[in-house]
Amino acid sequence: MSDEAFLRIAHVSKRFGTVLAVDAADLAIRRGEFFSLLGPSGCGKTTLLRMIAGFDFPDSGEIYFEGVRMTDEPANRRPSNMVFQSYAIFPHLNVFDNIAYGLRKERLDKASLTRRVEDALAMIKLEGFESRRADELSGGQRQRVALARALVLKPKVLLLDEPLGALDRRLREAMQLELRALQKSLGITFVFVTHDQEEALSMSDRVAVMSAGSILQVAPPRVLYETPNCREVADFIGQMNFFTGTIGAREGALARVDLGQLGQMNLTIDGRTGGEILIALRPEKITLSPEARQGGVKGTVAALAYLGERSHYSIAVEGLSEPVFVADQNSATTRGHAVGDIVYLSWSKEAVVVLPPS
Amino acid sequence: MASGKSGGRAGLLGYAILYLAFLYAPVLFLPLFSFNDSVFIAFPLSGFTTQWYEQMFSDDAMLHALRNSLEVGAATALLSTILGLLTARALTQFRVPGGAAMLGFTSLPLFIPDIVLGISLLILLNSANLPLSLLSVIAGHTLICVPFAITVLLSRLEGFDKSLEEASRDLGETAWMSFWRVTFPLALPGIVSSLLLTFIVSFDEFLIAYFLAGNEATLPIYIWSQLRFPYKLPAVLALGAAILVASTLLVVFAEWLRSRGLDNRKRITVGA
Repeated sequence: MSDEAFLRIAHVSKRFGTVLAVDAADLAIRRGEFFSLLGPSGCGKTTLLRMIAGFDFPDSGEIYFEGVRMTDEPANRRPSNMVFQSYAIFPHLNVFDNIAYGLRKERLDKASLTRRVEDALAMIKLEGFESRRADELSGGQRQRVALARALVLKPKVLLLDEPLGALDRRLREAMQLELRALQKSLGITFVFVTHDQEEALSMSDRVAVMSAGSILQVAPPRVLYETPNCREVADFIGQMNFFTGTIGAREGALARVDLGQLGQMNLTIDGRTGGEILIALRPEKITLSPEARQGGVKGTVAALAYLGERSHYSIAVEGLSEPVFVADQNSATTRGHAVGDIVYLSWSKEAVVVLPPS
Repeated sequence: MASGKSGGRAGLLGYAILYLAFLYAPVLFLPLFSFNDSVFIAFPLSGFTTQWYEQMFSDDAMLHALRNSLEVGAATALLSTILGLLTARALTQFRVPGGAAMLGFTSLPLFIPDIVLGISLLILLNSANLPLSLLSVIAGHTLICVPFAITVLLSRLEGFDKSLEEASRDLGETAWMSFWRVTFPLALPGIVSSLLLTFIVSFDEFLIAYFLAGNEATLPIYIWSQLRFPYKLPAVLALGAAILVASTLLVVFAEWLRSRGLDNRKRITVGA
């Protein structure tokens, strides 16, 4: 069995009434991978996770764990465990019994049962919390108990449904690091659902971006950010400036692209001559300078936000309906620009992402 | 305006006292006269006695009726609570098409006069050639008790985190075991208070039992039959007083259990 298809989602679709929640999703998740499903709410990421868990079942398509077809198996017969968004800590049981809940089936003697639970408690650093009840735990502690309750069963895949959403910012950031470290040390495959792009980028080995039931792009965080494959992904991950261009004369792989007010550029575009394309530019890859430069585009600072280590500028360029966003790093030597200043925008060819027209 | 405010408060207090007196004073005559050493129910009281209680507990017909009532009550409580639990669970767990209409429909027996229900059930049983017995009383009582059971259990199961049962499934338990290990213990306070409430409703019910009991008698029917004999009235009062005390204790216990359950649930959802 190759690692490539440790958990395979093959052409899975799911419809709720008239809504197509998941539309022909294909995924191959690797062994030991931290894999995130990222998208806005209602994009189908939770439905897809629930189909992997065995709470919902696909209308069509198949789900394989290590090559074994699991499409119709209920949750209790799958080698996966889940951390719920609400944590779903059993309110009538204490922490020990919550963690021991799934171990009943293994028919352990009392000593080894206790050892397994104690080990799990040590893993989440909640030693001594055995007899606490759910209502005596903080949000972060519940989250840890939910995690331990799932991991104590040694699942092949751990499914996490926005587990950090209910925590405050500081705790969330601490838990992100902890989860990531835990996943690396255990080597268990994590499938993590989130709508928070920063969270997905900082934790994952690979991310699948979903929108309206479809998987748009599956890639490592850096690739997603640097070379999104469509406007939706580019827009969802971080900030992006979009410009429309017209493809002109070609010279080998290079094509002359006319960007109207922004001038002309030679870009690598396969195949096509003529027609429109979309080009995308990250705000931090645009350079601002007060003096005119070769090929620089003239604009006026319309608004700015000073954020300490960097400043965000909104630059009005004549002929463009939308302002151009620029993120400028503040260093010891930068003076910054004020509203109303004339500035010149420039960027390197490598910073430009070419997208299909939307 | 402080005096006006306190005057208003005193007025409210007086109203509340009058209200409670109106509700409970008549009921208190029962225990009062049940200890009175006279066959006649009239003031002045002539002396203290427990003979009416002794007479009551040595009356075989009364004890038989009591046993009938306990049996009917227990069976009704069990049946209507099971049916109520199934309905409440279906309505809270799944999106049932026409669920609201169904809920309204199941509570209809609460709004139909018992005497109408009693007559219609009697006609139904007669035309189906079914004999009248305690079983027919149980059927009739279950009909009027199911709405109570649903109301009590619905309030317990509403707002129940669905992912709790899913978590149980996910941790390896079957649907049935998940129900036993998660839903049942969490619904238990509601189940117990439903059992108590439906038991009391059945135990106190007269009209339907009167129509459907045939040759048997439940306690209310027995009491009704005793009212024809004036000299037996004090013993009936003793019986009434005993039932009053037992009923009150049961209802207080059921309420206490229910509110405790609600407290628990509130704490759970607040923390989640």
